[in-house]
Amino acid sequence: MIEMQNLSFGYGGGEALLADMTLSLQPGSFHFLTGPSGAGKTTFLRLCYADLLPSAGRMSTFGQDVRALSRDGIAGLRRRVGVVHQDPQFLDHMPVAENIALPLMISGQAVDMAALGDLLAWVQLSRHARAMPPELSGGERQRAALARAVIMAPDLILADEPTGNLDWDMSMRLLQLLIELNRSGKAVLIATHDLNLVRAAKQQVQARVLRIAGMKLQLAGADL
Amino acid sequence: MRKPELKSLDLATLWRGLTRPDAAGADRVVPPTGFTAQLTLFSAAAMAFLAVFAMALALATGRLAERWSSELTQTMTVRVQAPPDQIDRQVNAVMAALDTTPGIAEARVLPDEQVEKLLEPWFGPDLPIEALPIPRLIELVEADEGFDAEALRLRLQGEAPGAVLDDHTRWRQPLVSAANRLRILGLFSLLLIASASGAMITLAAKAALAANGQVIRVLRLVGARDITIATAFVRRFTRRAALGAAGGTVLGMLAIWALPSVDGAGGFLTGLGFRGWGWLLPVLIPVVAAAIGFVATRWAALRMLREVR
Repeated sequence: MIEMQNLSFGYGGGEALLADMTLSLQPGSFHFLTGPSGAGKTTFLRLCYADLLPSAGRMSTFGQDVRALSRDGIAGLRRRVGVVHQDPQFLDHMPVAENIALPLMISGQAVDMAALGDLLAWVQLSRHARAMPPELSGGERQRAALARAVIMAPDLILADEPTGNLDWDMSMRLLQLLIELNRSGKAVLIATHDLNLVRAAKQQVQARVLRIAGMKLQLAGADL
Repeated sequence: MRKPELKSLDLATLWRGLTRPDAAGADRVVPPTGFTAQLTLFSAAAMAFLAVFAMALALATGRLAERWSSELTQTMTVRVQAPPDQIDRQVNAVMAALDTTPGIAEARVLPDEQVEKLLEPWFGPDLPIEALPIPRLIELVEADEGFDAEALRLRLQGEAPGAVLDDHTRWRQPLVSAANRLRILGLFSLLLIASASGAMITLAAKAALAANGQVIRVLRLVGARDITIATAFVRRFTRRAALGAAGGTVLGMLAIWALPSVDGAGGFLTGLGFRGWGWLLPVLIPVVAAAIGFVATRWAALRMLREVR
């Protein structure tokens, strides 16, 4: 799904933030990416959805070299990768339901209203379907972002500190949704510095823990 | 960072995207911008209104220059002024000379009634022509092949010293050149209006795109192709430019239509307006405005999209 070989990255081609990383992300896998703030977790995720290009090394997503992707190729890749940010952005002039259906709309696909209703119910946002994004709380925004990330039935879900602004109960609810997605066959990669979240997940799912330390990517599952 | 390629936004692809119905409602991703929209509509309408007048001016001056040029080139006058006892002889001598001059299709002495009519605006009706020392006027029409005016002048000097050939060159040339310059001015105005419209729509589109930078980033993030994003903006601005220009064109045509008629203006004006098929020409204005909107917004969209991966 995602293959990295001796991959390095530095902003503006300058000093490397990530170096010599090798990773193979398999379909249906569940990974956490941990590390201190500023270690490069967000940068790593941005590389995964081709928002950044590696400075050195090889990287392919779904069998395609990311450097060779055209802009339309990148758009196609992003339809196969659902991304949930710590501070998700929406189109504030469109209701929540339409924001969730946005990936379908921009790819010219018809929106199945029943399926959209089910999705809203799954993320417990049925009551907010007609609300505008600025009216949502932090947890509701995260769940709306998750619904938008999965509406195209992507193969991989990337979540960048999805529980960073949420209380514990809401964090658990969101984690539960991500675990459900993984059980339905999606690969999940969550960047977080919250080790309690990692422990809670490991009780329910076979998750591997990656850690960025000293610019390198390490497998840290045994330590937890 | 290498410059992103935006090959997918070639004109043909964008045009196909623009003409395809937006069934999924993808255009709604662009937030409504009331003020910019109204400003674009108003500016396009105002420009189209001015363009109608510039077009009418160019057409009217074109007609004027053509008419003066063709009518005045082919008709000339010989004025004969002589003492009363010599005037008939000199007129006959001039007519004889004209008859034998190659390149003159027709020559005739203007009858008194016609001379009287010519002088009526200045001296009023019932002018006693015979009592006034008014020169005799001979109107001549040049044949297609033309004649040698200088040679004729010399000949008339010898045979009828009181005869003067007036080929109207003195006042015809400035008039024709003035009309031609007016026509160029009209066409230049059209060009200026088109350029100003382009600049105005580009500015409006750039402002809208810059204000929607976050929207574009979100769209790219969820997998929107450049063509989808650009089409949403281009469709909106092309439509506004076309609609505004259509309104302005209709108003401009109504204003031209409501101008006083040629007869009403005293027969001097050739009529600032359109004739026959000419009325169809302003229909091009909304089409051109739409094309300008299309190109200007595409350019602005390309620049904006280059900044977003």
